[in-house]
Amino acid sequence: MSPPGIIDLSAAQAVAEIEAGRLSAAEIFAFYRRRAADEARELNCFTWLASDLPGNSGSQAPLRGVPLAVKDLFCTQGVPSQSGSLILKDYRPPYTATVIEKLTSAGAPLLAKTNQDEFAMGSSNENSAFGPVLNPWNHTRVPGGSSGGSAAAVAAGLVPWALGTDTGGSIRQPAALCGIVGLKPTYGSVSRYGMIAFASSLDQAGPLTRNVTDAALLLRHMVGCDDRDATSLVFPEEIRLPTAVDLKGVTLGVPQELERPGAQLAGAEIQPSVRASFENALKLAERLGATIKTVQLPHAPHALSAYYVLAPAEASSNLARFDGVRYGHRAEGAEDLLDLYTRTRHDGFGPEVKRRIMLGTYALSAGYYDAYYGSAQRVRTKIAEDFKAAFEKVDFIVTPTSATVAFELGEKTSDPWSMYLSDYFTVPMSLAGIPAISIPSGLSEAGDGEGAADLPIGFQIAGPVFSENRLLDAAHALEAAIGFDGSEAWV
Amino acid sequence: MIDRDEVLHVARLARLKLDDGEVESMAHELSAVLDHIAKIGELSLDDVPPTSHVVEVVGRLRPDEPRPCLPREVALEQAPSVADGGFLVPSPQA
Repeated sequence: MSPPGIIDLSAAQAVAEIEAGRLSAAEIFAFYRRRAADEARELNCFTWLASDLPGNSGSQAPLRGVPLAVKDLFCTQGVPSQSGSLILKDYRPPYTATVIEKLTSAGAPLLAKTNQDEFAMGSSNENSAFGPVLNPWNHTRVPGGSSGGSAAAVAAGLVPWALGTDTGGSIRQPAALCGIVGLKPTYGSVSRYGMIAFASSLDQAGPLTRNVTDAALLLRHMVGCDDRDATSLVFPEEIRLPTAVDLKGVTLGVPQELERPGAQLAGAEIQPSVRASFENALKLAERLGATIKTVQLPHAPHALSAYYVLAPAEASSNLARFDGVRYGHRAEGAEDLLDLYTRTRHDGFGPEVKRRIMLGTYALSAGYYDAYYGSAQRVRTKIAEDFKAAFEKVDFIVTPTSATVAFELGEKTSDPWSMYLSDYFTVPMSLAGIPAISIPSGLSEAGDGEGAADLPIGFQIAGPVFSENRLLDAAHALEAAIGFDGSEAWV
Repeated sequence: MIDRDEVLHVARLARLKLDDGEVESMAHELSAVLDHIAKIGELSLDDVPPTSHVVEVVGRLRPDEPRPCLPREVALEQAPSVADGGFLVPSPQA
């Protein structure tokens, strides 16, 4: 096979080509290494690039040497793992995250580390200490976040596939804004060991890929119980490659809360193109045999409020470890130990991280704990119950992934809440711990504001705990009917 | 809603030094976010149990057997300052 054809192969197809002896692991690594290096500066997707194919990436393993990019916050031994933060600048961990170890031994060698919002806090990748990532569809717009580097790199064809993490939407929202597939698995199905923590009860690693089959293939080698993560679970079945071509017998639930924009959505007004694309996808689903029903998720409109108590509260505890003592940045000339802590953290954390540490510390502080943290935990219970009740009536719940297409760089940075609203449709599933996938459903048209045409739109499908195989099948059938072509964004 | 003193109190709890400008903007931004969050106060949640972890995991134990840990020199490799095989820090009371 001549090198120009490699770009056209999905990751699963590349695996098959290598298996058939028509392509070698060394060829595909060199091909993507060169593409990534050429474009690294333009889109700012990467924080580190491998120089050579690692020696141990045997092409006999199931993934056959098809290289992988991973979000910066995954610890990789001897390789910078900075979580987008100055406080971890040049930090090279002494160990590797379980999920990376699993994927490497399954035959996916590490090609690159990807840029991200600092400590995964953000929806635009503008909070990175290493600068913003640009959206490959339109360089004046954000790729989404926090896994913006991974999403942009896959969308631009700079890597075959990538890993991200999702706490409140950080895989699904950038996947939507970049026109690719992003899957947040059931909480606990992928080990969190070696992921630099943001909010431990929500963080979950997942694939960012060109198509649904690639997402299934990568996920198959990610799941598994790990002794080193006490919250990891045994996934009850093997992840299968999806085969469904229709949606016969499948019921999709559209939350009633979606139908009342303005009233309930409070600022997360759905853009006309996003709504049109969502409705078009529903029509296609019906044509494939699906039944569409309206369901109620009465507490979902409160999910964002609960999330912005719970996630910062957990973050304020998790980020207490960054004190300038054992690793990472240390402020110079401290007078005493407390001065060392406070100045190291002042210098090392960016504005959004400071905001969330403050918010979380406030919510956990004496006198406010019950009003904020306690209430938010109770809302979380109600949200999980809402989903459970809805899944008695429908197989999956569908929404737009994001109410808007990719927005302009700088558009939302001055108003934190407007940025937080980017995750309006993804946060409820995170709080409930259920799996959800975003697939591209089309491109925007003129009418969503200046320059907002021809940008990707995401369609989110969520299912009950451990429904990944069914979810991937449904997404696969719909993906084929939509026929989205992401190759326009390849550089 | 949140004033300057409260911001400074929380910053102390969080071991975070803030510049004067940061204190101002933090008071403003936190108040705005808390206004949105306060809406959950409208829900009646008295009889609802809190969820700290969404997946039922019982505290898992492993056998208490010695096993290898990071060698001292590896643990110290990334430290900003080291002395006598340990992390060197300024005195707690200067």
